[in-house]
Amino acid sequence: MKDAIPPLYAGTVTKYVFIESYRATPDDIAARAYEVSAGVMIKETCFGLQITGPEEEVDRVVAHIRELDPAHIYVKDRGFPPGDPRRCRANLGGARPGYFGHEYEMGFIRRIAVGLEKLDDFSAQSEPVSEQTKPEGLSVKRLMELIAQEV
Amino acid sequence: MAQVFIYPATSLILSDLVARFGHKPLGTALSIRERVQTAGLDSPPLQMTPNDPKKGLKWAAVEVPSGIRGRMSLFGPLIDKAEAAVIVRNSEFAFGCMGCARTDELVEFLIKQKDIPILELDYPADEEDGILFVRKIRDFLKELEGTS
Repeated sequence: MKDAIPPLYAGTVTKYVFIESYRATPDDIAARAYEVSAGVMIKETCFGLQITGPEEEVDRVVAHIRELDPAHIYVKDRGFPPGDPRRCRANLGGARPGYFGHEYEMGFIRRIAVGLEKLDDFSAQSEPVSEQTKPEGLSVKRLMELIAQEV
Repeated sequence: MAQVFIYPATSLILSDLVARFGHKPLGTALSIRERVQTAGLDSPPLQMTPNDPKKGLKWAAVEVPSGIRGRMSLFGPLIDKAEAAVIVRNSEFAFGCMGCARTDELVEFLIKQKDIPILELDYPADEEDGILFVRKIRDFLKELEGTS
C-alpha cells in the first residue's frame, strides 16, 4: 500500500459552477468570479469553474456569479479539491467517472433552465397536457426563441 | 433550513435546486469531502478503503455484496441525517460507476422507512415537464420551511 495522502485544503469546501447559457461563457463567469475572489481559489474549466475556500467565502463568490444569469448557472458540491492526486485526470488518465454523470444531466439542463425562468409564470403549463390536446410540432414563438438563442 | 437527501446523490440538478430554494442538499460529495479531509483514512489511488464495507454493515446485511456495503458507508450517514428527501426515479446514471440497482433499491427502502417527507419524480422529458419538475421541487421545499 502506498503512503497515505495528507488532507489537502482541510476545512474548506469545493463547489462546481456549471454554465449552460447563450448569454455568457465559462470565461465570463471566471472574470466575474475574480472580481470578488479574495479568500478563495478558483480553477477555470471548460464547463465553468471550481471554487475552493471557506464555505462562507465560496457562497459569497457563487452568489456574485449567479447574478450574471441565474437560470443558466448551476452549482454543486465537490468532495475532492482540484488537483487531488486520487481524482485528478493528470494522474489517472481520461475523464474522471463523475463527468459522465454531469454529461448526462447537462444533456437536458435546458429544460430545467426553462423551468426556472417560468417558475412564477402561471400562464405556463401547470399540469401535463393529455396526448390529444398536445399541439403537434414546434410553435412559431418557440422557434423564434431558439433562433434568437443561436444567433 | 432542512437537510434534504438527494438521489441520485451526485445529481447536479437536484443539488442546485435544493440549495437554490434555501435548503442543504445531502449528496455524496459531503461524505467524500469528510473522507479526503480526514488524515489517515485514504490511500491512493483509492477513495474507498477496506473499512468502508464494514461500516456499511450498519445499513446492509453481511451477505450483501461488499460494493453495496461500501456505497452504503457513503449514503447511510446522509440518510440518517436527512429531514426530507428528493428522489429521481430510475435515473440512468445512478446505475454504473456511481451505483447499482441494488443500492438504489436499498437507499429507497431506507428512506421510506424513515418518517420524513419524500418527493419522487422523473427527469423532465421536455420543456413543459421541466417547468413542472422545478415547480414541484420548489413547492415541496417551501412546505418544509414550516416543518423544519
